[in-house]
Amino acid sequence: MAVTFALPRPTARNGVPRALRRPVTIVALCILALLIIAAIAAPLLTPFNPVSNELADAFQLPSGKHWLGTDEFGRDLLARIIYGGRVSLVGVAEAVAVYLALGLTAGIIAGYVGGVFESIVVWIADVAFALPQIIVVLTILAIFANDSSAAMLALGLLGAPGLAVFVRGATKTVRAEPYISAARVSGLRTAQILIRHILPRIASPVIVQVALFAGTALLFQTGLDFLGLGTQPPAPSWGAMVSDGANYIGKDTWMVMPAGIVIVLAIVSFNLIGDALQDLRGDRVSASAVSVGAAIPGTGALTEQHIPGTISPERAAAPVSPSAVLSVRDLCIGTDSAPIVRNATFSLEPGECLGIVGESGCGKTMTALAIIGLLPEGVRTTSGSVLFRGTELQGASEREYGAVRGSGIAMISQEPAASLDPSFTVGDQIVEVIRRHSRLSRAAARAESLSLLAQVRLPDPAGVARRFPHQLSGGMAQRVLIAIALAGKPAVLIADEPTTALDVTVQAEILELLRSLRTEMGLAVVLVSHDWGVIADSCDSALVMYAGQVVEEAPIDAVFTRPRHPYSYALMESNPQRAAETRSILPSVPGSVPPVGQWPVGCHFAARCAFATDACREAPIALDLVADQHWTRCIHPTAVPSPALPSPTTVSEG
Amino acid sequence: MLRALLRRLLLSIPLLFVVSILTFVLTGLTPGDPAHTILGTNATPAAIAAINKTLGLDKPIWVQYWHWLTGLVHGDLGKSIFSSEPVTTILANSLPITLTLIIGAVIVSVLVGIPIGVASAQRSKSSGQLIDAFSLVGYAIPPFFLGLLLTLLFADTLGWLPPSGWVDPGEDFGGWLLSIVLPVLTLAIPGAAIVARQTRQGMLEVLSRDFIRSLRARGLSGRSIVYRHALRNSLGNVVTLLGLYVVGMLLGTTLVETVFAMQGLGSIAVVATNQHDLPVLEGAALYFTIVVIVAFAIVDVTRAALNPKLRTR
Repeated sequence: MAVTFALPRPTARNGVPRALRRPVTIVALCILALLIIAAIAAPLLTPFNPVSNELADAFQLPSGKHWLGTDEFGRDLLARIIYGGRVSLVGVAEAVAVYLALGLTAGIIAGYVGGVFESIVVWIADVAFALPQIIVVLTILAIFANDSSAAMLALGLLGAPGLAVFVRGATKTVRAEPYISAARVSGLRTAQILIRHILPRIASPVIVQVALFAGTALLFQTGLDFLGLGTQPPAPSWGAMVSDGANYIGKDTWMVMPAGIVIVLAIVSFNLIGDALQDLRGDRVSASAVSVGAAIPGTGALTEQHIPGTISPERAAAPVSPSAVLSVRDLCIGTDSAPIVRNATFSLEPGECLGIVGESGCGKTMTALAIIGLLPEGVRTTSGSVLFRGTELQGASEREYGAVRGSGIAMISQEPAASLDPSFTVGDQIVEVIRRHSRLSRAAARAESLSLLAQVRLPDPAGVARRFPHQLSGGMAQRVLIAIALAGKPAVLIADEPTTALDVTVQAEILELLRSLRTEMGLAVVLVSHDWGVIADSCDSALVMYAGQVVEEAPIDAVFTRPRHPYSYALMESNPQRAAETRSILPSVPGSVPPVGQWPVGCHFAARCAFATDACREAPIALDLVADQHWTRCIHPTAVPSPALPSPTTVSEG
Repeated sequence: MLRALLRRLLLSIPLLFVVSILTFVLTGLTPGDPAHTILGTNATPAAIAAINKTLGLDKPIWVQYWHWLTGLVHGDLGKSIFSSEPVTTILANSLPITLTLIIGAVIVSVLVGIPIGVASAQRSKSSGQLIDAFSLVGYAIPPFFLGLLLTLLFADTLGWLPPSGWVDPGEDFGGWLLSIVLPVLTLAIPGAAIVARQTRQGMLEVLSRDFIRSLRARGLSGRSIVYRHALRNSLGNVVTLLGLYVVGMLLGTTLVETVFAMQGLGSIAVVATNQHDLPVLEGAALYFTIVVIVAFAIVDVTRAALNPKLRTR
């Protein structure tokens, strides 16, 4: 049976890479090309003999006859640089040849085949890494007196293990990719795989290494000539020219410059080419990690953030509850090119827990971050208001936010382990926050930190305080973060997916902890989650977000017994917990959230909605009151069915 | 931390053997040279044989190596073929010079490079481009050329500093301080540039991590976040870079010592190379290797001190 595999073309190129088209890179390439061509075609380029003395012309500055002046014997400096390039560039070529031949071969075999050979290569590299290259090269020169080639070959030999280890790493990465296994299974010979599939993939990083090594080799070569250990007078060489110039520097300052500057230019050129190739690889990485704003193409038409009529006058005009600790009104968030969240409005009473639900990409986290002014770069609040205890935070300075963050509003996030500074102990990190928000002495703060760790029910608070973040389990880390969040005695805690990264039993414990902190301390909580189960378990009311809009807002029981937006319903039906309990096949909401910048004019959910009509797609839909405290952004609220049992109460017991 | 140190020291024992065996095997390839050096090129074969016998060069190479090793244990590295001075005495005089230059350059690089890197990480992209350009040129300018340019400016033209020579700090501390300014600066200018670049890149990377936003969410001051948290977390890579910088500086000091006419380890080794003075070269190789080993040990300990993951399990 013949099995064929479609192998990707690893050598696919799309024109000259951008980093190589940068002017500096082109200049660097030109300089090197010029130096090489000049060295080869030396007799054609200069009428002067680099070694014939013209004592009458000694110590001349640049002139029409001697473009770069002359040295102490009246020899033309330009001619000496052109001819001298031969020694230096041949030296570099020798070193690079050995470096590349040995390093690449050993590395690619070590990376692909592994085993004893790999261990030996790594061990040799360990030793070679710490070997003082200069002393080995000097020893070589002590034996092969003035033999520049021997020295440069030795340098290549000393550098090769470093390249081998680098290539080994790169090869292992490529080898792990599926298409290489496919090629192996399809019966390609090892040599073919190495040359046709692995080599092209690692070529670019290897060239970076080679370019940087060439710079080092030139430094060595010119250095040895400067020390008088390589090329012997009167033969021209760049290093020896600097050394000559140094001897007469008091008499003729100019003489040392041409050769010195040529060496600098050549090494800079090698490094620039290396940098350009490295940036090229960097470009690829950063291209996938650009911030939300930059990645969105031409959405100029959508720059208008606030769409009038998308919030009903009643909702907008609803008075701010005087007792509300946090009140967000008509909040719009966006980048320069596209809105991310539109017209979010909600408020939070002391001790209340509000859940914000939705799939990822709906703007939940952005809303949470906007409240404490920590939106990522390129994203900002474009309009609306965030009142904390009656103080406007929208447009506040860093200083004003500093007074609220931690002490007024605290936040815990999705990845507990990534939210702690890896270099400090848990105790140090809590103490720093306590002292930031109080005037406690160091000792008092330390005592306070232990009581906070006890309050989040960590056994052995003193022991935990001494630990570093990497010594904590996920659940412990989240408790520590809650303790840190409580350290400033905040009134509001924003918990962004606090249990997503934790396993189910720990999840339940953390939710229980949050619940008891609310009752004990009157802490108001904004709980961001994609999981209805978590929301049902903990919250008093829920805010459902879809593609940047609040689509439904209601007390928790109301939304569970009688959701008024098809999206809320669809999300509930796809909850794995519910599916498990009703023993049904897990349904999923068909389609996906439209990306930022590609929202439709009408209802954002229409494309995925079973009840959508033409009216839904025509114009923006307003958030309307359909029952007591129950708002929905749907013109067919009665069409939404009630979800199958079990009810939220059952879920919370589960 | 102790574990890291022990591991490093255990790894360095084979390194010492490799370096010493390598120099021995290489020099053993040319047994006639020392005799020629002493007697000149017209020496009779009999005289050469006699000299080789006195120096022990008629014995097999492994016997010579054993002899050298046992000498090493007793603190004896043999005598210079050229001056008959004990190698340990020659090196003892030159080691402080080389160490002064290396340590001085590291201190200046750190004191100048880290603040620049930190400051530029908080500023615009153009300051980063400036640092990139500086480190590019700093890395590319050969120490012998940079040293000459600095001498030209500060010694020959301005006359502020002595152009060359080492002054014994015990005799004239002020003179010593002035004498090391230019050589240290020559080594430290590229050092400061690459330290600034690494610090900037490290700071930018750390400042983009999740925990920085968490720190801000806790209301901590920008100063604490930058200097206490971000800097602390970026220093590990700077320390590693400094280790590589010290190893790279062994070529640098060799060149700089020659430019500034100082009898450091490097220039001693160069002279020994020219004179085929193998015992001195072997001794210098040993000292250079020990400098590298100590530098790496310091890097390991510092990294462990900075990074709890390296010192605790």
